[in-house]
Order: sequence, then C-alpha cells, then structure tokens
Amino acid sequence: MRAAAWCRIAALSVGLAAISFAADEATIEKGHQVYAKWCLPCHGAGDGKPGTIASAAHYKGSKPAVLEERTDLTPEMIKGFVRNGVYVMPRFRKTEITDAELDALTAYLTQRSEPRSRAPVMGPHR
Amino acid sequence: MPLPPGLSAKDFADALKQLRGIVGKEWVFSEAEDVNLYRDAYSPFWHEQEEPIPSAAVAPDSVEQVQQVVRIANTYKIPIWTISTGKNLGYGGSAPQSSGTMVLDLKRMNRILEVNDKNHYALVEPGVSYFDLYRYIQEKGLKVWIDCPDPGWGSLIGNALERGGGYTPMRDHFDAHCGMEVVLANGDVVRTGMGALPNSKTWQQYKYGFGPYVDGIFSQSNLGVVTKMGFWLYPEPEAYFSGTVMAPKHDDIFRLAEVLTYLMNSGTVNGTTGVLNTANLAPPDPALAAVRVGASTSDLERYVAEKNLGYWTVDLPFYGPAKVIAAQWEFAKEKLSVIPGVKFQDGASYRFPLSAEQVAKILNPVPLGIPSLTTFAIGGPKSQGHMWFSPIIPMTGEAVLEATALFDQVYKDLGSPSGALPGFPIWSFFPRAFVIIYFFPIEHDVEKNRKNREIFRRLVKAAAEKGFGEYRTHTAFMNDIMDVYSYNNHALRRLHETMKDTLDPNGILAPGKNGIWPRRMRKARA
Repeated sequence: MRAAAWCRIAALSVGLAAISFAADEATIEKGHQVYAKWCLPCHGAGDGKPGTIASAAHYKGSKPAVLEERTDLTPEMIKGFVRNGVYVMPRFRKTEITDAELDALTAYLTQRSEPRSRAPVMGPHR
Repeated sequence: MPLPPGLSAKDFADALKQLRGIVGKEWVFSEAEDVNLYRDAYSPFWHEQEEPIPSAAVAPDSVEQVQQVVRIANTYKIPIWTISTGKNLGYGGSAPQSSGTMVLDLKRMNRILEVNDKNHYALVEPGVSYFDLYRYIQEKGLKVWIDCPDPGWGSLIGNALERGGGYTPMRDHFDAHCGMEVVLANGDVVRTGMGALPNSKTWQQYKYGFGPYVDGIFSQSNLGVVTKMGFWLYPEPEAYFSGTVMAPKHDDIFRLAEVLTYLMNSGTVNGTTGVLNTANLAPPDPALAAVRVGASTSDLERYVAEKNLGYWTVDLPFYGPAKVIAAQWEFAKEKLSVIPGVKFQDGASYRFPLSAEQVAKILNPVPLGIPSLTTFAIGGPKSQGHMWFSPIIPMTGEAVLEATALFDQVYKDLGSPSGALPGFPIWSFFPRAFVIIYFFPIEHDVEKNRKNREIFRRLVKAAAEKGFGEYRTHTAFMNDIMDVYSYNNHALRRLHETMKDTLDPNGILAPGKNGIWPRRMRKARA
C-alpha cells in the first residue's frame, strides 16, 4: 500500500518541477536548517540512517540513497512524503514543520545549483 | 472529523473559535488534512473503524495558554489528549486513545530554560527533543551528557512521563527528573518539589520539597498537563568502556544473572546491559538456524563451542574515570569467573569529548548520550512501523528461562513465529529488574493486525498469570494491561479513579490513558 503511494506521489510530481518558483538564498538556507534538523538523522550519509537504508533498498542503485544527492525531487514529492509519511517514516505535523518551512525545505532540496551535502552530521562536537 | 463525545457541532465550533482567540487561528487544526497528521503512524488498526481519530488539535505556546485551553475544555467538556513532541511511536504516536478526543499539542513549547553544567541539570518545556537539548549543549560547549532513548526526536518530558529508559547512568528517565510544573484540569498551576517555594534556588537539585511527593501521579496518567520539568544530567565522564562476557552453557544463566545483578545493584556496572541468548544472534547464521530445528540444549552448546561464542552473551558498559573503569572491569571479570569456561573480550573504548569524525564512525551513538534515529531501521527497509510488548521480569536466570519459554509458547499456540527480535537481548533499562521487549510489526493488512492484537492480548494474560506485568504499552492495550494489575479487586485502578474524579471531575484530560477513565465514560464502558 505504502509502496503504491510512493510511486503515485512520484508519478504525479513529474513535470511539476518546472513550474515551481525560484526561491531566494535566504529561503534555501532556511530549508537547509529544516533539513538538518528533521531529515538528516534518517536520510544523511553514513551507516545506520533508516531513510538512506530504505532508499537504497527501494531504488537498488538507480537513484542516490542519500536524499541531498538526489536531483529528481520535486516539491510535490517532498511534500507528499512529509505530510503522508511512507513506510516507517511518520507524517510530520504543522507544529513540527510549518507549511512555510516545508516550502523552504523543498526549495533547498530542489533548487540548489548542484547536489551537495551542507548539513553537519550532528552539530559541533568538542 | 469526529466530534468530541456528547458535543454538538455548534458547541464544538464555538469552542474552536474561542481556542483560536487564545492561541491564534493558525494553531487550531480542524481541517481533515491537518488533523489527520495526528493519527498514529504506527496504528495497529490501519483500515479499521477502531482507529482513534482526533476531532481537532490545538497547539498553545505558553503555560498561560495551556491554562486557558484547559478551562475552555472544561466549559464544553471536550476531552483533550496531551502530546509533547508526538513521537511516542510504537506506543500510540500523537493519537489519542479514543476518537473525538482533541489533541493538545505542546510541540511549540520548546524552550530550553536552563542547563547548568556545574550542578548538572536542565529545565525544559515539553516540546524540547533529545536532539534539541543535545545540540544546545554542544553549541554552548557544556560539560554534561543527556541520556536518550533510542528515538532521539522524542521529548525529554514525554519520555520521562511515560517512564522510558536509556543507556547511561541516568537511564531511568522518570527517576532522573527533578521538579515539575503542572497545569491541573481546573487550570491551576502547581510546581512540585522545591518549586513550590517561590524563588526557590534548588528546584532542580532536591526532588522532594515538603509534604507528600506527588510527581508520580503525573506519570503515565491523565491528572495534569506537565509544562516544565527538570532533569539531572550526567557530568561528562572521562571515559567509556564496554566489555563482553560469554558464558558457554545453557545453565550458566543462573550464575550469570546472579553475578550481573550484583554488579549492577552495587553500581560496578553503571549502564544498561542485557543478556543475549546465542539462539537470537543477529544476523542469524544459517548453520545456527539448522541446529535450532529440533535442537537440544547440548546441540546448541556444541554449536557455540565450535564457533567460539557464548551460549549467553552480555556486554557490560562502564562510564567514569578511565582508571576506575579498568578496575571495575577487572573486578567484574573476577566475579564472573565463577562460571567455568567463561570468556571475556574487550569492546569499545572512548575518551571524551569525542570529535565529530569519531561520532560519525559510531553506528549507534545512543549509549554515549548522543541522540539518533538508527533504531527505526529495526524492521527492515519495508517496515510500516512497529509496537512493543514489554514485560518486566526478575533479574534472575530462572525468570529469563520461564518468561521466554512462556512467551514462545503463546506464539506457538497461536501458530506464529516468536516476536523475539534477532540481536535483542533481555534488557536492564531499569534498576533491579529485566525488561523483555518483543517486536510487533505494524501491517497495512487488517487480518495480520487482528492476529497480532490477539497474540498481544494473549501475551498480556499469560504474563500476568505468572506474575509478569508490562511497564508501558500502546494505547490500544492500555485497558488490557490495567485490567491485569488487579490486586484486591482492582484497588489500584479504583485509587486512580478516585484521584481522577477529584482532580478532573469533568473528565477532560486524556480519557482512557493507561486504562484510567473519568466517571462519565466509565459508566458507558461498564
């Protein structure tokens, strides 16, 4: 059921990326902060990241498993996953990620000039 | 969305209008697309009518707003279900126990009010997660550790109130708290312990204050809304070391558990450990799987001898000064040497602070007080979620054998494979007792979920008949478990109900939480 939802969200979002609005650097930076806080612990690089593990199993190398390395994400796809959840990933409430923060997140993940990993693994360590 | 029980659509609309006036219209959620975000992502009732659906959600930003929300709920008799970060996944998530209840979402109350690294404590609001507090401490360079449960996005307050556990010397999270601020059902604000003293200088340094110690009645309960809570933190230790103990024979469990109990109760071992049966090794060895089919104890003993493993394996964690840890490990080995053929192996060893590069190389940093979400890989990449059966058992070899055999038999009787998770030991999250944690996958399949609920309920009853009870449970089973805590004609539940009816006469706070129902809903349930 969830796998079907995954495919449906992905299919619906094809072609919609072109009509998304260009975001400014401040929005993208805010999106980076949202990503670092909410997405990175599951979708970052390295071992033990459940989202990265699930993506690797799902795409079997046809797409990068690390979310920040993806270049095919669309705002609708990202919003669909965040608000509906998928597999073990729960839905995120608006007290966790507001609609404005979700817009910034989608800007960060879809409008960067190139794939990059800017988020720190886990804050500064002494 | 369902209406709160007994409330007309007009009255509910009036109440929502008043709530919007208090918290702002953007923080009252009544549209389906927003309210559905509060449904339990790991519900054992997927595609079934029994899944609890909230009527709405309200998200205040301050204690004063919580007071006003509670007063409105009282006026209209709207049941409200409090969540902190809403990440109690596996135990109900952000959803209420019954449909029509309105969620009181405290996620916006996410202030870290104080962290003191000289007296080692913190004071936080409910929306503060383990990640939040950890990042704050790192950014400020403070010399204190938090203790996290496996899911780092949880709330310190929510997890402690659910009496969750972690790994370090501060692993009993409710026990590690010091002082609360609570909004009662009538809107009054109470501070417990030394917090009752205006301008107290020791709210987070002495738990008990003066008079009856009431903090416990606000844990796993529905008698108040906790809006602040203090926690004792662990001074950053100099070192961590983990040593592995391998006992070769099945019957070694008796002496192993006895010595382990001594080591833990004496404080020699000062973190969470667990006893792993080799039969539960992860990843499973195909050769072991073959041996297990109809295998005798001696077959398994021969297998572990050939593989140079232990029949029972225990990892002992030590936190503190490096020289002391070395002495503790030597002492532990000396005590455990009463087990013939026991083997020891040095494990992970760290000096603190760690660099970011060191942290990045640690697969599961949670035992080092570093929050993570690694645990959510537990059911595999296609997992839809999980829930847990988690009874407390004595810290003895006899109990380990009795309980595991009992639960395995329940699964067998119901024609299902055991829920014992490969690689999962029998844990010691809490002092003086073990907790067994069995894994239940959440399926988006009605029949599979029904089967799992049947197994779960049989396990609860089988455990109770032998004197074992759960420390915590999913909202779906709260009534079942409260039912078996039945000494003296359910005297404990009757006491809970007396307190409930006194402190919350309109029954607005979290009806059904931990099997405690307000009078007006008890009658309907009888």
